[in-house]
Amino acid sequence: MNKSEKLADLRHFLARYGLPADRPPIPLGVPAADAILGGGLRPGAVHEVFAGDWGASGFAACLAIQASRGKPLFWIRPDYEALEYGDLSATGLLELGGDPHNLFLLRAPDAAEALSAAADILACPHVGAVVLELCGAPRALDLVASRRLTLLAEESGVTLFVLREGARPEPSAAATRWQVSSLASDPLDDDWGAPRFIARLTRHRLGGLGDFTLEWNSEDGTFHQAAAHSGAVVSPPADRPAAAARLRRA
Amino acid sequence: MVAGRANNALTVYALNRSAQQLGLHPGQPLANARAMVEHLPVVPADEKSDLALLESIADWCDRFTPLASVDAPDGLLLDITGAAHLFGGEAAMLRQAREKIAAQGFAVQAAIAGTSLAARALARFAGGTIAKPGEDRIAVSLLPIAALDCGEDKLRALKRAGLKTIAQVAERGRAELTARLGALFLTRLHVMLGAEEKPLAPRRPLPDLSAARHFADPVTTQDVIAKSLHDLSKALSDILERQGQGLRLLEAVFFRADGKMQRIGIRTGAPLRDPDMMLRLLNQKLDALADPLDPGFGFDLIRLEARIAEETHPAETSFDADENAHRQIAYLADRLSARFGEHRVQRFVAQDTHIPEAQSAAVPAQDRDFDGIWTRKRRKTDPPLRPLRMLEKPEEIHFVAAEVPDGPPARFQWRQCRHDIVRAEGPERIALEWWRENPRRRLIPGSERLQRIKLKLLPSPVPPSRDYFRVETRAGMRFWVYRDGQHLHNDLAPRWYLHGIFA
Repeated sequence: MNKSEKLADLRHFLARYGLPADRPPIPLGVPAADAILGGGLRPGAVHEVFAGDWGASGFAACLAIQASRGKPLFWIRPDYEALEYGDLSATGLLELGGDPHNLFLLRAPDAAEALSAAADILACPHVGAVVLELCGAPRALDLVASRRLTLLAEESGVTLFVLREGARPEPSAAATRWQVSSLASDPLDDDWGAPRFIARLTRHRLGGLGDFTLEWNSEDGTFHQAAAHSGAVVSPPADRPAAAARLRRA
Repeated sequence: MVAGRANNALTVYALNRSAQQLGLHPGQPLANARAMVEHLPVVPADEKSDLALLESIADWCDRFTPLASVDAPDGLLLDITGAAHLFGGEAAMLRQAREKIAAQGFAVQAAIAGTSLAARALARFAGGTIAKPGEDRIAVSLLPIAALDCGEDKLRALKRAGLKTIAQVAERGRAELTARLGALFLTRLHVMLGAEEKPLAPRRPLPDLSAARHFADPVTTQDVIAKSLHDLSKALSDILERQGQGLRLLEAVFFRADGKMQRIGIRTGAPLRDPDMMLRLLNQKLDALADPLDPGFGFDLIRLEARIAEETHPAETSFDADENAHRQIAYLADRLSARFGEHRVQRFVAQDTHIPEAQSAAVPAQDRDFDGIWTRKRRKTDPPLRPLRMLEKPEEIHFVAAEVPDGPPARFQWRQCRHDIVRAEGPERIALEWWRENPRRRLIPGSERLQRIKLKLLPSPVPPSRDYFRVETRAGMRFWVYRDGQHLHNDLAPRWYLHGIFA
């Protein structure tokens, strides 16, 4: 590779991965996580949230509230999801600090339609954020579809969160991938019940990985470091990279 | 020949020409007809399908005028006031209507007159007549009295009086006719003679504005159809512009040469006038149709109708970024609704109620303005008090063990999973609004049922109430469960339900 080719390659890389000036990153609010993410979540990108349990949808909702920044928030879900995982409640979103005025719900007949609707919505730059909720491993969601969504998001600056329930990670073009499960409340805290998550950043295109314990503050609309507590700690599953790393260290 | 059941006997309902030549006539008992003609082929009458067919012809007649009404069992009435010039005058219009319906394989008789009843009588007894304006009286005067269509007994009364034509009836005095035949008969006569008018009931509400294109040769090619849709949306947009209106409900009507017609409706969230947007919405809808638009032998008329049009504010074109964003979002919602259906693209409105599942109502995003006031349940430092997800129907949880009788559950099983509760908060009692319905009020005083309830033989009906608990499991999942108040009240074992899942 000669010099000019290399330069072109670098330019391409910058164009592709460098953030435009008018798209500041979305800080989560936890310094440790933001440092790894390079200031925060990348807007105009696809982020995957894999559900470990019932808490993950809350995590996706919190991220979407942060990312939408007062603009409309579109939540797309195939019909099956509502039966299995319950209806999205506007009052619930309100309690989390979101604005129900800005919430649009699109009930797609199936996963393929949901994906194409997501593509339509991502093309509109006036949308704040999109949550695409999919359960299992729909055939329509392959590497091509995920790349297409990434390109659309990049173009319009709309952030897409793909919430995957009951699914195993597979190759995708997403910027980050999170594995999320609920974290029990601090036993010393009387005002228990704030959304708390164990969020594992298991894939990050532009940087390092990490495990975080996050607590959502509905009033400020940001995450905080969840206070460490002496209660039961959920051990990381044996088949995950975190466990492997620890074994290697031992 | 077609036979149907009337007055509890099989009677001749309709005949073809050769049967008529044999001397049979409608209304004759089938037995008599069989006696007159051997080997008579008979088909049972299917009045429902006949009516459906008539309805579809009426739909098709929408091409001539939107004011078409069905005159069962075998007639159609079209109000062509102000429409005839579009087809080259009344004579040309009548000819077109007859030819086009005849081309579909129907036998047609048609006439034009100043009132619906006159036209009806002329069509049935003197097909092809066009009564000149104001001359309905002359046109119908020579028709036989059967054309009055006033029922068997009145007809007999008229015959007995020696009256044969409508003119003869019209000559009699008002008082005489009213006394013998009733006021309704007189009204009918007056309408027929053109002295009064009975308005038609339109089959559908009239569109506010429309633009149409006729084709001399039916079109089948996609390009031509697309081009005409493009031109029509431009034309409709011009009309809207002139009227200072924007459309909220657009309908594209495709008339096929063989008599079928298809309507495609599109709702918009905000008054729309832009022809390109109209066209895009239309194309999106056409692409998403379950049974695609089938030109068959071709469309000979395509029409765009602004079914509902609204005033638009003069300052519709604004350079304000916020306003623009707002419009783009409304347009996006329109496109999605055109594609997936209105009920699938939703927004939420706050409802003034305490019942948790009714507090937010999901309604089509195109519906109306969403400026209801949302009130938060939690105070500043509280955690969320309402779950992000609510099950469509609360699911019963089993093997609930509570440490204290009225307390929160200590563990339960839901969807084959056992959950140990480490924290709980509650109860928060939510009762059905008593002013909506009180089951106790429905009991009749002194009734046996009420007596039995008083003796505690029957459980007492109580307004349903629920005691909600916010619980956290050992694994950190937060649920919203409730105990059904009904059972508690009647000393039965309480039933527990899981209603929502917190983040």
